[in-house]
Amino acid sequence: MNIAVVGCGAVGRAVCELAGSYGHRVTAIADSTSAAVDENGLDVTTVLDRKAERGTVGSGDREHALASEYDVLVEATPTTLGDAEPGFSHAERALARDAHVVLANKGPVAERYGDLRAAERDSAGTVLFEATVGGAIPILSTIADLGSEDVTAVRGVLNGTANFVLSRMSAEGLDYEHVLAEAQDLGVAETDPTFDVEGTDAALKCVILANVLGDGDVTLDDAQVEGITRLTPSALDLASEDGRTVRLVGEVTDGEDPTVRVGPRLVPEHGTLAVTGTQNIVQLETRHAGQLNLSGRGAGGRATASAVLADIGRLP
Amino acid sequence: MSDASESRSAYTVRLELVDEPGELLRALAPIADNGGNLLSIFHERGSLTPRGHIPVEVDLEATPERFETIVSALREAGVNVIRAGAERYGEELSVVLIGDLVETDLSDTLSRVEQANAAVADVALSAPAGTDEPSSARLRLATETGQRERALDTVRELADEKDLHLVEPLAGGDR
Repeated sequence: MNIAVVGCGAVGRAVCELAGSYGHRVTAIADSTSAAVDENGLDVTTVLDRKAERGTVGSGDREHALASEYDVLVEATPTTLGDAEPGFSHAERALARDAHVVLANKGPVAERYGDLRAAERDSAGTVLFEATVGGAIPILSTIADLGSEDVTAVRGVLNGTANFVLSRMSAEGLDYEHVLAEAQDLGVAETDPTFDVEGTDAALKCVILANVLGDGDVTLDDAQVEGITRLTPSALDLASEDGRTVRLVGEVTDGEDPTVRVGPRLVPEHGTLAVTGTQNIVQLETRHAGQLNLSGRGAGGRATASAVLADIGRLP
Repeated sequence: MSDASESRSAYTVRLELVDEPGELLRALAPIADNGGNLLSIFHERGSLTPRGHIPVEVDLEATPERFETIVSALREAGVNVIRAGAERYGEELSVVLIGDLVETDLSDTLSRVEQANAAVADVALSAPAGTDEPSSARLRLATETGQRERALDTVRELADEKDLHLVEPLAGGDR
């Protein structure tokens, strides 16, 4: 496959680096201000070295990359809310010319799922987005294999940053601000951690799951979301005395009107959901297969890129 | 009668009495008057409910129909019936509340939870001294089977009203 990668953050870069070993060719790379295009295949190392040294991937602009010839567009620009632009338009354009789209960007599938599926119906291209939920963990493909009608509920710990903070607070008795600063020093939390600690990121993933399980008209506005910023060491102690701990859990219930809730929840201290550090876990409740637990790395460039490349391998 | 619906079952009724002479007798009258067979009375004098009343547990035997009549008669007689059923504590749930629990009147919080047909089985408080950290409380609530979500809704409303942060259990219990 010839791949055009839009977005050159940790995931976009890792997709470029790993594509060759999966037998694919990167023909275009675009970041926010520049692009490199070669329809015979780019030398990925040269392009990424240039990005590291000069901050740009090439002399072209993003438009060159979007207009170039490719088989699959990898959309890895930062997640945006509301109209999910520019990610949505990138995907729409690719579908309009019958190319495939693989998303690492949560915006279009969380906020405009119906529009995206409509664009896909009019196209010979296919849209896949395994990387948007749970990073490396094969959640969406598992649901697709089971059949979404067999899955009755999904719950899980879907944000590594929030989970790191909670598991450290709980293990060390440290307060929220202290652990957050530590997480930022370690590079586990962003300088602006709002998206993670307020629950937005986990909620977007749950909204995507709700769309996959239901009619596809759920957006972030439909989710009830609470973050972890008000948790205290003494509250975690009280939970622990009762054999429980607190995790930021997202819950999606199926049905005509799927509900999405994200918030701190009491979970058994040594239970399946009490994963530690940046680990993620998803529990699927199914009609025929019982409960399935899938856990692994929910973030990180290479881990997430592996999900993008697995999607490319699944394309028709 | 051999009709199955006429068979007698044991029930526990939890009453709240005002601490006045004659109250216990007045509360028991509707039970005997309506064909209930008293099995035991546990009068917790000395322990008070959050509203300052005396809790009394009455075990009795009656047919399901008569039991309904007894509960209605108790309520008509002005006796506060906290719970009535063959199965008192069908479900339990724990929640943690974080915030200014004292300022927002913890005893009011607890008594309003109890008014929603949930018994507060256990309360653990933590208010770290010498820090700015808000206090927190862990409540263990016992509810009748099927009433879990209703009790949780009440706690959610209270938390919202009093600007307390609520850490809920998982939907449907521990996983």
